[in-house]
Amino acid sequence: MSLFAAALEPAFVVPTLLLDICFLALLVVVAFAIVRMRSLFGIVMLQGVYSLLSAAWFVTLDAVDVAFTEAAVGAGVSTVLMLSAMLLADRKSTPVPMRRQLGALAVVLLAGVAMFYAVPDMAAFGDVNSAANSYVGMDFMAKTAEEVKIPNVVTAVLASYRGYDTFGEVVVIFSAGLGVLLLLGLNGNSGHWVARPNGQVINDRTAPSAGLSKDNRSEEQRAEPDE
Amino acid sequence: MSPFMGYFMLGSAFLIIVSMALMLVRLIGGPTLYDRLLAVNSFGTKTVLFLCVFCFIIGRPDGVDIALLYALMNFIATIAALKFFNYRALDVELPSGNSTAGRVKVGEDAR
Repeated sequence: MSLFAAALEPAFVVPTLLLDICFLALLVVVAFAIVRMRSLFGIVMLQGVYSLLSAAWFVTLDAVDVAFTEAAVGAGVSTVLMLSAMLLADRKSTPVPMRRQLGALAVVLLAGVAMFYAVPDMAAFGDVNSAANSYVGMDFMAKTAEEVKIPNVVTAVLASYRGYDTFGEVVVIFSAGLGVLLLLGLNGNSGHWVARPNGQVINDRTAPSAGLSKDNRSEEQRAEPDE
Repeated sequence: MSPFMGYFMLGSAFLIIVSMALMLVRLIGGPTLYDRLLAVNSFGTKTVLFLCVFCFIIGRPDGVDIALLYALMNFIATIAALKFFNYRALDVELPSGNSTAGRVKVGEDAR
């Protein structure tokens, strides 16, 4: 339990541990608010706040790169994507009956218990015998300066030693982003689509999902402002 | 850094967290959507301030660069939300100068 011994030294306790506790408490509050809230816009805003909070927490844990990814993806991109998805959907969510939430609750509890079960297997901070510090990782640390000639080992591993792997990841993420953008219709055609399968014209009013929309007025009526 | 400065920075970090909690109250309880939008924007600013203070607490002032990038990120989300309110679409050009292109009656969709 060297982790807890290190955490109890006064120089370590004061700066980071109390800040961590504050951030985790705020994260719990935000998570419960997301679950309880019905306004989808409020939920999107709360998710942005959740990302900002966890990014700040990651910075206090000295994981600046993870924090930056969290802030860019969580607070920046996913807010925009969620808002554009809301352009196609309702503004309010309908409450789910309690009976249908029990399965999800069981899954979450099981995953949480499994994570706590895995915690003792984690290597202590800075352990010499841990997997990261004993095998090929030390080779990267030793040879990056002469082989890749840049000071940042993480960048060298990502962009050089496993460059093909990173390239594959970029292709996957790019195609996923392209698919999401096509689905959301960010070119201004959201909700105004037309498809012609086998010569039969289907648009947003004749599609099977048209009955789900409450706005049953025609295109001309929609263009005119309400009296 | 003298001990007094250390405690001062730590105290300001905690005060920033307290103000984050206050923003959270407005975000969760806020009666209108504009309250929520302002609360999120202000929350992002608080995060930036916290990062600045934290960088000085751990003695690495070069982390202020990261805080600047967070400020830019915060701006993107706010612009997207405002466009969502005003134009009901995210691809509309913001009105600039004296051009009237892309200008929509403001407040038409502000529910």
